[in-house]
Amino acid sequence: MIRVLHSGMLTTIQDLGRFGFQKYGVIVSGAMDAFALKVANVLVGNRENTAALEMTLLGPSLLFEEDCLIAITGFGMTGMIDDRVVPTWRPVYVRAGSTLTFKSTTDGCRAYLAVEGGFRVPMVMNSASTYLKAAIGGYEGRALRQGDVLQMGDAVERPLIAKGTLSVMARESRFAYPNWSVSKDMLPRYQGNPVLRVIPGGQFEDFTEASRKVLLGERFEVSSRSDRMGYRLSGPSLELTEQVELISEAVTAGTVQVPSDGNPIILLADRQTIGGYPKIAQVIQADLPIIAQVRPGQRVGFELVTLDQAQRWLREQHQNINRLKASLKHLSER
Amino acid sequence: MDFYPLGDAAVVIRVGSEINIANHRTVMALVSYLEDHPFPGMVECVPSFTTVTAFYDVMQITYDEVIAQFKGLEDQIVTGTDESSKTVEIPVCYGGEFGPDLEAVARHNHLTPDEVIAIHTGADYLVYMIGFAPGFPYIGGMSEKIATPRLPSPRLAIPPGTVGIAGAQTGVYPIETPGGWRLIGRTPLALFRPKEHPPTLLRAGDHVRFYAITEDEYQLMLEEFSRN
Repeated sequence: MIRVLHSGMLTTIQDLGRFGFQKYGVIVSGAMDAFALKVANVLVGNRENTAALEMTLLGPSLLFEEDCLIAITGFGMTGMIDDRVVPTWRPVYVRAGSTLTFKSTTDGCRAYLAVEGGFRVPMVMNSASTYLKAAIGGYEGRALRQGDVLQMGDAVERPLIAKGTLSVMARESRFAYPNWSVSKDMLPRYQGNPVLRVIPGGQFEDFTEASRKVLLGERFEVSSRSDRMGYRLSGPSLELTEQVELISEAVTAGTVQVPSDGNPIILLADRQTIGGYPKIAQVIQADLPIIAQVRPGQRVGFELVTLDQAQRWLREQHQNINRLKASLKHLSER
Repeated sequence: MDFYPLGDAAVVIRVGSEINIANHRTVMALVSYLEDHPFPGMVECVPSFTTVTAFYDVMQITYDEVIAQFKGLEDQIVTGTDESSKTVEIPVCYGGEFGPDLEAVARHNHLTPDEVIAIHTGADYLVYMIGFAPGFPYIGGMSEKIATPRLPSPRLAIPPGTVGIAGAQTGVYPIETPGGWRLIGRTPLALFRPKEHPPTLLRAGDHVRFYAITEDEYQLMLEEFSRN
């Protein structure tokens, strides 16, 4: 059991999202940085799609009331127990009575905390993800608050054998961790002011040639009015060759839509299912973790790639996670 | 029928370029065909006015392979009456605090509030699609006689169940959201039911009729529905 001493800025329970219900207008939700959530789960022996905490910019303060194997991934904050840094992207054994706090960092936006067995919350439409506006899923359909108590589940897929050794190591101090972590080469190319890879959106050709050049040549600032639904960008205005009345149709994570004010919006985890604005581009799935780690005030650019490349890179990212699983198994067998 | 990608994990099937009942029927037939015969790696289908978007798992199938699966798709689908579609009667308490814009809608169209109610309740509406919010119906078939432009600036919070008009569209807000629609009344029915399957009162393809109730009837029904 974990007690929430401070909630942090926006701490929610998420998994990989709620699929199969978009035709009812139910949004997908799920982790903004799905790669980081998957890796956090894999590191503690869970299935990739297990409920974990998504923490935003200012992290929470959590009291562990029992021993627990955890993993912190993502960016934007540094976990601390007793003034010692809890390293990221590796399993960490935390002893009962420890308080995990987070210090803000200058880069990154979202960190993930997975616990062995996941968090025990009711599944709503096959998902544990919090859907804030409809007040369903996650912890009572809302962000965590001071005083909340999180129960751990028993959804372990393959228990980490190293856990035993770590628990012995942790007798000497509040927490213990192995001397390895996930290789940087396996991670998406996380950076503060990234160039995001895009494929053309459905209305790419309907924008003026100048606007298309601007999109692919200039930088756009992420506005402070950005959230889990979408990142609003400001910069040079993007214009259609002629105003067209579009018929609303499905949108998805990464859709770059341009309302009539000319400022693009990148739709993200909590996007609506249907949209009516022209779609100039589409951030590729493999780069969604990168945009999820960009904070307001930072700048993004766009670079055109092909659909074929985009799908290849997404498969590579997935294979990296499979490789990680295989190497964890190897470590366990030694 | 033509196909184009929505990002790198979805494909859009466009059946036409106009909002009309023929295109709607093709869309519904296509969704039911794909749900009955999912291609390998298909995750889910999202219908709209003129398109069906099929989401797929890139670990299992590529875009080109999905398109190859669609060969002959047009001949496979059977357009007909969807047997699972139903007519839903929605009780609405018009005007007063539930419908603060009823007077404005009447004034805009040179009608009395009672005439607006008579026109709004006098039609049979088709639910073209669900979107914007969980269970929010995009409804077609409202009379131009009560069409009213959106508010110049949207309200910050509209309570669930509120019935509104935007241009020649009418709809019901299932959850509290901001919105610029003209509010004419409220229903005690819950449009979003996260614990039920399907989780919404209405589905694409359903028909809707509104009928007027008094405030007392609204309160009675609300109590009864919350008990069940």
